[in-house]
Amino acid sequence: MTAFIIRRLLYMFPIVLGVLLVTFTLFTLIGGDISQQIAGKNADAETIAEIRHEYGLDKPLFWSWDSQFVNHFKKALFFDFGRAMDRERISSKILRGIVPSLMLTVPMFIGVIISAVSLALIIAYVRGTIWDVSAVVICVAGMSIPYLSFIIFGQYFFAYKLDWFPIIYLPEEPMIKSVGLPILIGILASLGGELRFYRTIMLDEMRNDYVRTAFAKGLSTTRVLFKHVLKNAMIPIITNVVLTIPHLILGSFLLERFFGIPGLGYLMIEAIGARDFFVINAMTFIFSLLIVIFTLLADICYAFVDPRISLK
Amino acid sequence: MQPRGYWSDAIRRLRKRKLAMLCFWIVAMYAGLAAFIWIGDILVTHLDWKIPIVQWNEHVGPSYQKPAAQYEFVPEMKTESQKGWCLLGTDFMGQSTFRKTLYGAKTAMMVAFCASIISILIGVPLGALAGYYRGWVDDAIVWFYTTLGTIPYILLLMAFAVVLRGAHIGPWELRGSVSVYLAIGLTSWVGLCRLIRGEIIKRKESEYVLAARAMGCSDFRILFFHLLPNVFHIILINFSLRFVSFIHAEVILSFLGLGETDKPSWGAMIDAARTELARDVWWEMAAATVAIFIISLALNIFSDALRDCLDPKLRMD
Repeated sequence: MTAFIIRRLLYMFPIVLGVLLVTFTLFTLIGGDISQQIAGKNADAETIAEIRHEYGLDKPLFWSWDSQFVNHFKKALFFDFGRAMDRERISSKILRGIVPSLMLTVPMFIGVIISAVSLALIIAYVRGTIWDVSAVVICVAGMSIPYLSFIIFGQYFFAYKLDWFPIIYLPEEPMIKSVGLPILIGILASLGGELRFYRTIMLDEMRNDYVRTAFAKGLSTTRVLFKHVLKNAMIPIITNVVLTIPHLILGSFLLERFFGIPGLGYLMIEAIGARDFFVINAMTFIFSLLIVIFTLLADICYAFVDPRISLK
Repeated sequence: MQPRGYWSDAIRRLRKRKLAMLCFWIVAMYAGLAAFIWIGDILVTHLDWKIPIVQWNEHVGPSYQKPAAQYEFVPEMKTESQKGWCLLGTDFMGQSTFRKTLYGAKTAMMVAFCASIISILIGVPLGALAGYYRGWVDDAIVWFYTTLGTIPYILLLMAFAVVLRGAHIGPWELRGSVSVYLAIGLTSWVGLCRLIRGEIIKRKESEYVLAARAMGCSDFRILFFHLLPNVFHIILINFSLRFVSFIHAEVILSFLGLGETDKPSWGAMIDAARTELARDVWWEMAAATVAIFIISLALNIFSDALRDCLDPKLRMD
């Protein structure tokens, strides 16, 4: 087990290195010098030179111990990404955004998982009937509606027309009220795809021999589904859950944008609007690192849940 | 009885499915419409032809007219008012929503098509080389796509789109639409590359490859004339499955202001509803949503059917 974890940890290094190379190519080599943009249109050469110096854009690209290339790696190593274009520290911006993002995405994710898995079990129960077919049709139809339309229509209908929720996020309102609507919309919008995914998992599981044995023993369908099938279907579900956690922290940028929730998704949208390469660079690196870590965790969980998988 | 080949057999299976064929014709209709608008747009902008349905930027009425409502207005450069109506109403600028929706089909299909071509041109050769040569070539390519696959897709897409927009690559400046094609294409080849690599590894020891090698074929010839035609169905299935996600990606990029800004697109039309819905202007968003819904639904159903018909493992008689 230890050897497995160490090997996997070592395997992380080339990947993280690769991510840093990709971000360097994107933001420094292709993106280029954004000092003009920070300084504004009418800035004189002196201000621009100052800004270039402040952000280290005047350093050589390669071949020096103080080059932009080396600094790119140094920043990542010490998690010190410097300042954003508005001169606030990027790390404090990111720390501030984590809680609002989680407040939105965690209940949403739990809601989606619970409703999708239980609906998938019900569909597995009535498989092959008209109910199954119509559920699949509804899922595909739900997947075909653009996410943006879900949000705009939901916001208009539930908040503006019916006035059940505030139109945007209000920190002084109780949490359930101000993030309730984005959570509801998020669940409705992603239910179709998730349900179809879990239905496939359940139906694949139903084809196994142990299910036939369980039925042959005379167990009731409910017992077979909830005791035998669900237990075995837990492996893909848990993997999926662990792999989704980094995305939960990342937040849902469309929902955050529309409801004014000051999370990480919102931060990202702001950075894109301002073409703030420093923030986008930091976010890309941090979340890639999180994904690498959680992929490792998912592999370990996998091994714990399923004794058939040997850690070789 | 004449033996049937792989492709004619697959087409025969596909034609038996009524729903899939209906969806195929819907997709074909969208593609035909996009091609018509594309050619019409060139004729209108460069040769000054008059094709009303393509001229989305013409002011056809007062702003925010309801669908099919009769109105009177004074056209540009004229003095007398005239009567008119628009099938899907007008937007803030008094432009026809119907024409904008049609033009949006061209924008979306162009983005999805060009992005697919870019991702196939990168993913297929890389996957084929990795699977065929193994060794350090394989290690390098797998490392590269694992790296890209590690970065959350939405961050990667936005990062590419924001950097490529207006970037100078050599002598060229990347304009709005080209940067969208590149951003989506360059970020979405990983899955295809992985599939092709696995498939080539599985097939490179088969008898027909051995026969080709015994006849003295070069590696290049074996790879591109013997192996790749045999995995072509995977490329086709992948193409149709991901076309939908490219259309949806274009909507999100347009919403972020990273898409085409001077031409109508469905994303921009839906985004406009953010301010319009409060004034009960629902038709612009509804038109774009329905347009996306129909093409996505048709493509989803068709690509599922295509996969069932082309994948030998899924064939059930």
